[in-house]
Amino acid sequence: MALVEPISKKRSGLKLFIMTVFGRSYPRLVGMQRERSWIFFDIFVPLLSVSAYVFVYRAIGAPEDYVGFVVVGGAMTAFWMNILWNMSSQLYWEKEQGNLALYIISPASMMAILLGMALGGLFATLLRAIAIMIFGSLIFNVSYYVVSFWQLIAIFSLSMIALYGLGMMSASIFLLLSREAWHISNLATEPVYLLSGMYFPVKNLGFWGSAFGSLIPLTLGLDAIRQLIFKSGPSLGFLSVKIEIISLIILSIIYLIAAKFLLAHIEKLAMREGRLTENRR
Amino acid sequence: MRNSISLRSFISASWLGWKIESNWTDPFLFATYSIIKPLASAGILVIMYSIVTDQNFNNPMFAYLYLGNAFYQYVPAVLSGISWTIIDDREHYRTLKYIYIAPVNIPLYLFGRGVAKFLTGSFAVIITLLAGFLFLKVPFDFQQVNWLLFVVSLILGILMLALLGLLLAGITLITARHSYYIGDVVASGLFLFTGAIFPLEVLPVWIRPIGYALPITYWLELLRRSLVGNIAKTFPTFTSMSNLDLILVLLLTSLIAGLIAIFLFNKCNHSARERGLIDVATNY
Repeated sequence: MALVEPISKKRSGLKLFIMTVFGRSYPRLVGMQRERSWIFFDIFVPLLSVSAYVFVYRAIGAPEDYVGFVVVGGAMTAFWMNILWNMSSQLYWEKEQGNLALYIISPASMMAILLGMALGGLFATLLRAIAIMIFGSLIFNVSYYVVSFWQLIAIFSLSMIALYGLGMMSASIFLLLSREAWHISNLATEPVYLLSGMYFPVKNLGFWGSAFGSLIPLTLGLDAIRQLIFKSGPSLGFLSVKIEIISLIILSIIYLIAAKFLLAHIEKLAMREGRLTENRR
Repeated sequence: MRNSISLRSFISASWLGWKIESNWTDPFLFATYSIIKPLASAGILVIMYSIVTDQNFNNPMFAYLYLGNAFYQYVPAVLSGISWTIIDDREHYRTLKYIYIAPVNIPLYLFGRGVAKFLTGSFAVIITLLAGFLFLKVPFDFQQVNWLLFVVSLILGILMLALLGLLLAGITLITARHSYYIGDVVASGLFLFTGAIFPLEVLPVWIRPIGYALPITYWLELLRRSLVGNIAKTFPTFTSMSNLDLILVLLLTSLIAGLIAIFLFNKCNHSARERGLIDVATNY
């Protein structure tokens, strides 16, 4: 008797892609059900951390809109953390635990696997972002002044597409890396918060500083969102919302295409150099 | 003394921790890595402050905020250094069960593994302080510093943080590997309550008692007083307390935190053994 049921239907193309995304996100969702401590560490504690920055502004007498800037920035950090820790550096753990080689052997697309990781972690990410937005707004009396709802949706969607494209692109590099991957992820936290103006209007980094920071889609997304939902937003914005939308479209296209090519190229390179199964303790 | 299991556990773990922490790259990259993160972290606060105050770095509030943030870097460093060892040994190196069956004092082994992070954390603190003293007009007069108070406070604080790290290590023993450092997350949460970057008076009245109950609050105040006594006294939070009072309160709160930490670690340790979690791998 066969131990494994024979595969009756062979999947390929889009169906295989979708199945892979589902297959990789499933254990993450189940894992979150089994281990509930993330609710405390991933949602409640970050809310405290964001509050600390709010009180800094209160302590130095900043205009009230800055409190809102921190709340929105704090909510957006959740997405960056999801990319950094649940997607890119997860490949390091997959390599360490022997799953990476299995992913490569299978006919599944690496992009689908990464997307599955991201979507699997998205539940916690969304919950964290929403909790920070709702509780932050209620606790600190943040008042919003939405200029254009449709532009807001467009900006958020484009930011996410570009951001996850960038995440997949950077994840490809993790195929080559070993323990340094962990350190690089760790390094990409505070410096990215600084460059993307997570807690202050990015315009204050100067034109070139802001332009450099804009390579991270979060920067433009956050800047545009602040312009669209706060009264003082437009006066503190880096570029006009229209230019930021166009820039995000360009970044989305570049990052997604680059991710596909880089993943394929670096996968081959990692195979050639024998990095996929290496375990440099 | 050299044959003492506790001492050997601590020294061997410190050496092992340092090797693990530092041998993943060349010294130059390691130094760069150790500099960028703390400076970026300080940079966020400096920019926030300078936007609102129009770069008024002479205001005592800036020194308060800057020094508090600089020394607070010890908190995630020590908490993560000790608690992450559980994940590192359990799921990465898969050696935790071998450590448990070896003649090793587990809490002292964990403290030892935290030493490397303490050293890199010290490097980050020094770099941040130097940047503040040299470029941001944070006042510092070598002769005005109360060095005795500084050294005593620093040592007491690190011991207190190590005990809090043990508490987190206990919790880590019975939880899954999350994608982040639990020590960093907890430290970022405590940032709110400890008066690290703003005086406790800024917090709503009902939150302040949490700050007063935490030893970290007194530790940071003592460090500020030892380095820039005049500035620390311009904030009303602890004006009624002398340095000795603060040290006594720090000792008392650390003792209570330490007892809770040891009790919880033992409880979690027992639970992890009972539930077979010592060699669990939780990759999801």
